[in-house]
Amino acid sequence: MRFMLLFSRQGKLRLQKWYTATAERDKKKMVRELMQIVLARKPKMCSFLEWRDLKIVYKRYASLYFCCAIEEQDNELITLEVIHRFVELLDKYFGSVCELDIIFNFEKAYFILDEFLMGGEIQDTSKKSVLKAIEQADLLQEEDESPRSVLEEMGLA
Amino acid sequence: MALKIVKGSIDRMFDKNLQDLVRGIRNHKEDEAKYISTCIDEIKQELKQDNIAVKANAVCKLTYLQMLGYDVSWAAFNIVEVMSSSKFTYKRIGYLAASQCFHENTDVIMLTTNQIRKDLSSPNQYDTGVALTGLSCFVTPDLARDLANDIMTLMSHTKPYIRKKAVLIMYKVFLKYPESLRPAFPRLKEKLEDPDPGVQSAAVNVICELARRNPKNYLSLAPLFFKLMTSSTNNWVLIKIIKLFGALTPLEPRLGKKLIEPLTNLIHSTSAMSLLYECVNTVIAGQYSCSVGHIKSHLLCVQKLRILIEDSDQNLKYLGLLAMSKILKTHPKSVQSHKDLILQCLDDKDESIRLRALDLLYGMVSKKNLMEIVKKLMIHVDKAEGTTYRDELLTKIIDICSQSNYQYITNFEWYISILVELTRLEGTRHGHLIASQMLDVAIRVKAIRVFAVAQMATLLDNAHLLTGNMQRNGICEVLYAAAWICGEFSEHLENPVQTLEAMLRPKVATLPGHIQAVYVQNAAKLFATILKNQEGNTDSTAAQETSQMMIDRLPLFVQSANLEVQERASCILQLVKYIQKLQQKDVEVAEEVSALFAGELNPVAPKAQKKVPVPEGLDLDAWINEPPSESESEDEQPKAIFTKEEPKHSRPRHTEVDEKELARRREARKQEQANNPFYIKASPSSQKVYQEAPGVEHIPVVQIDLSVPLKVPGLPMSDQYVKLEEERRQKERAEKKKKEKKKRKEKRSGRGKKHDSGPESEEDITPAHVVDIVTEEMPEVAQEDQNRLPSPYLCRVKVCICMFCLCRPLADSEKLPVRSHRAAGAPKSSAEDGEAENATPQEPKKKSSKEKRDKKKDKERDRKVRLRCWKHFPPSGHKSDSRSTQSEGRTVVTFLVFPLPRKVCDIQGNLQDGSQVVVSVIFENKSDSFLKSMEFNVLDSLNSKLQRPEGSGPHDGLTVPFQLPPGVSNEARFVFTVQSIVMPQKLKGTLTFIVKNEDSSTHEKLDFKLHFTCTSYLITTPCYSDAFAKLLESGDLKSSSVRLEGVNMPFHHLLARICFHHHFSVVERIDSCASMYSRSIQGHHVCLLVKTSGQTVSIDAKCDEPTLLGNVLDEIKQTFSQC
Repeated sequence: MRFMLLFSRQGKLRLQKWYTATAERDKKKMVRELMQIVLARKPKMCSFLEWRDLKIVYKRYASLYFCCAIEEQDNELITLEVIHRFVELLDKYFGSVCELDIIFNFEKAYFILDEFLMGGEIQDTSKKSVLKAIEQADLLQEEDESPRSVLEEMGLA
Repeated sequence: MALKIVKGSIDRMFDKNLQDLVRGIRNHKEDEAKYISTCIDEIKQELKQDNIAVKANAVCKLTYLQMLGYDVSWAAFNIVEVMSSSKFTYKRIGYLAASQCFHENTDVIMLTTNQIRKDLSSPNQYDTGVALTGLSCFVTPDLARDLANDIMTLMSHTKPYIRKKAVLIMYKVFLKYPESLRPAFPRLKEKLEDPDPGVQSAAVNVICELARRNPKNYLSLAPLFFKLMTSSTNNWVLIKIIKLFGALTPLEPRLGKKLIEPLTNLIHSTSAMSLLYECVNTVIAGQYSCSVGHIKSHLLCVQKLRILIEDSDQNLKYLGLLAMSKILKTHPKSVQSHKDLILQCLDDKDESIRLRALDLLYGMVSKKNLMEIVKKLMIHVDKAEGTTYRDELLTKIIDICSQSNYQYITNFEWYISILVELTRLEGTRHGHLIASQMLDVAIRVKAIRVFAVAQMATLLDNAHLLTGNMQRNGICEVLYAAAWICGEFSEHLENPVQTLEAMLRPKVATLPGHIQAVYVQNAAKLFATILKNQEGNTDSTAAQETSQMMIDRLPLFVQSANLEVQERASCILQLVKYIQKLQQKDVEVAEEVSALFAGELNPVAPKAQKKVPVPEGLDLDAWINEPPSESESEDEQPKAIFTKEEPKHSRPRHTEVDEKELARRREARKQEQANNPFYIKASPSSQKVYQEAPGVEHIPVVQIDLSVPLKVPGLPMSDQYVKLEEERRQKERAEKKKKEKKKRKEKRSGRGKKHDSGPESEEDITPAHVVDIVTEEMPEVAQEDQNRLPSPYLCRVKVCICMFCLCRPLADSEKLPVRSHRAAGAPKSSAEDGEAENATPQEPKKKSSKEKRDKKKDKERDRKVRLRCWKHFPPSGHKSDSRSTQSEGRTVVTFLVFPLPRKVCDIQGNLQDGSQVVVSVIFENKSDSFLKSMEFNVLDSLNSKLQRPEGSGPHDGLTVPFQLPPGVSNEARFVFTVQSIVMPQKLKGTLTFIVKNEDSSTHEKLDFKLHFTCTSYLITTPCYSDAFAKLLESGDLKSSSVRLEGVNMPFHHLLARICFHHHFSVVERIDSCASMYSRSIQGHHVCLLVKTSGQTVSIDAKCDEPTLLGNVLDEIKQTFSQC
């Protein structure tokens, strides 16, 4: 997989993950171009399209488009599966996820994605183990934060 | 200090966190940019603080802003700071920011090496995990080199969570630092059998990706993967493994065979579409073997794809069509049977599916189904909403029909009517496309002109229907074509006056300028034709009326704002006025007026220039500014490619430039010329062959059908007149030929309603060779050129070859079974044959003595051949003897038979090419009776078989698809399948037919023999000297040689003879030495080196098939022993 994008129906980018080094300017250009193409497609159309030398696989969940760019020999259907799996993970983690969850907790969404995919490859095919990893990492974060209250931090305790 | 901390913390309470930022941005939709710039200022302040929590918060916000497209590269160092925090919370944010913002050129990355290394070895697995994840995004070659060892250690970490990540990141490390692959590989391989499935699948992933880049290295893992494939149930892993095998099989065909079974099983058993699709794709992609198993699995794939396409899920449908198009490339047949399904997809709601289906259709058409498919498409054109899709359909229809030079069109009337129908589309942008097709077809398919002209005249007449909205309407472009066709081929118009009237309507002035210009110009052509027609009549008023109409209507165009229109119109107007004056004086002007537009416009093959032989004395390779002795082409001795040979002579050299240097330069120049698209290359052979033609009169002028005669440099101007005369003669000949063809065509169309695009246009390709020069020389050039013609000219090439085959004097080795049935009657020339009125057919005598028949055969053949040759090659030296043989009695039926390799004709890959031979047979009825129900039959041998239609037995004859009235000849072609081509073959056959005259009809039979010489399996194939040398150097060829004594002919005649009779082409010729090349239909290379000294000719030959070579040499020997 080359990259994954999440964007809203209004054309606002919600998440982007690039698995190959790409210059900032090119990224912007590609994102804009792709958003235009994908948003222009009608709901009844199939989820695949050929774009430059890549294949684009996208799927719409509610108001969000999940869009992956894969290489020529890659399997479109399994990519669709990846997208779906990611959505399921988000859903489990946030509990019936909505666009706002991703907007306000965008770093969490990234953490989940990073636990699921790495370098464009699937890390773990089991949903459970991904979620477990996230939860434990979160726990660690809370441990970090919880011992010190605000007052402590202010040097009053 | 404490105070500072307190102060910082209080500040922090008022800092925005990420949520505040997001909310703020959402609340400032109008002035987002301004709001964000204040936010960035705040963030800059925050980053200046010492508190790591504040910094982390700031970095987190920056990461968000980065996603929105703001540049945050200035904060790179702060990100590194946050990354190095000891707290996981901040570290996590730092690494996330780094993975989003860093790229290879971020300079602070080099500061991170130690930090990352520390994190990798952290006792906390999540620290390590976060570092690995981050690293996977921004790993640089330096980082990869420095950290490869640490990561490798992690691959054996106790925690599967870390092992998994470490394995995956290794792929990125390999990419950046390939040297790490070798030491890491054994451990990677170990991980394939890791107890944890996650680690295992990660290892499969990495190896699969690696193998895609360089499969060779991973062949040794095949057994391991094979085991995994048969045992694993994880679809994700299976897909990767199958993909890996897809990359490996091209290198190891045995693997392909082994895979068929498990793949087929998976295809049968899996419920996961993604896996099914992967299997199908892999089977399709691996067309490595043609074993039975493979064909079966292939069929299974097509079946499954059909199910996918039938599925209601658009995605599956799309992918099914996509995979089908891959099959189409290799197995067009198996896709063609699903035509119905693909046509259905044209109705799909989804445009991308429809376009896929259209793509498929393009490859699926055949002669049989073209009309049906196009009909369906036309229906869709009518239904289609949205001009983009409709235009797409339109271009596809034209693409489909015109592909491979109209290969699939059997009826051009149909095609023209399709084009005309397409003009009814409103608002299409592709008017010019339709127009160019109309022009192309009308020009190149002569037989269609009558029909095309009639259609175009109707179009012109109804122009107002097309041009609703003149200016923006692209469709009016077709009027351009219509007007031109009506003008150029006006002799075919049924009602020229009406068309002229239509072309001069005032409404025409609203058309775009370039179309008006064509209208005006072609109105003039039309006018000329009308004058010609009308002057024949006694009534002169009609002609004058036409002139008056022109004079009335043209002023409208003279006022045109378009310069081109104005200029043409005023020119023509003055001309017509002058003509009118002459008419009033009763002067006949038609002849002169039509002379303005005389001459036929013919298409010219893209390589026609090659047919212009280089005139004598012009050496295109010569230096312009060097002494003449050097510019001669003798400075290159023939390379001793066959045997070492002594230089026969050496001329004194004038300069010090040594031979090698010269040769090198020459080679370099040739190379440069070859690469220069603007350099017109001469065909090497023609150049060489003509070198010795003596005197100016013998310069070979090759007539190319250009309306403007090509000026051949070095040609004396007086020759122009000769050329004119020749042009005239050629026209006559063409006329004759046309008639003959028409006859044949009638037969053909009568038979199958088929219009062959071929017969009409072969003259464009065949140059008529008119200047007297020894007959045999010409075909060599011409034949060679035919074979060089690129495939777009295929349909014409086909015919050419037939024509040539008919025309060339047959080699003696190609035995011509000619039977004369009636020896009675006084000697008559064949011209008189037809007129002989007393000839009541007598009973054909079958029992004439064998020798007599043979003798007659020879003579009859000779005469026959001469007669036919006349058209193309006026015989010179051999004329007399052919005359003397014309005194034979009238024959009832004449066969001219010889095999013709199919491959020459059919460049479009027929898989069985190498074994098919087409035999053209001319049946000529020289009797006065009507011949019908002819049946052609051949006794098959083991090696050669006549191809009979399916369902007929091996001894059934083939019906000859025409009847022969007296004096008529016609040609039929029969296809033979030949297994081995290394030996000459003789096949016995019979022709049975019914002789019918006024009062009786009798059943007759003729025996004949077909002689398939080895020569006839050779195809004249041009070969350039460098390729030739390479071929000889390859050392795969066996050599043999032959010596001919007492050959008394000039060397170029000798070469021409070999070229002509034995289908060779001259690669290079130097003095009395020449190298020649030819190829068999099964791809054997045959190379000759011909040398002559005195009356002795030695031929050294090389070929990859010694038997074939021996036979070809024997045949060459025979050719020369008989002359």
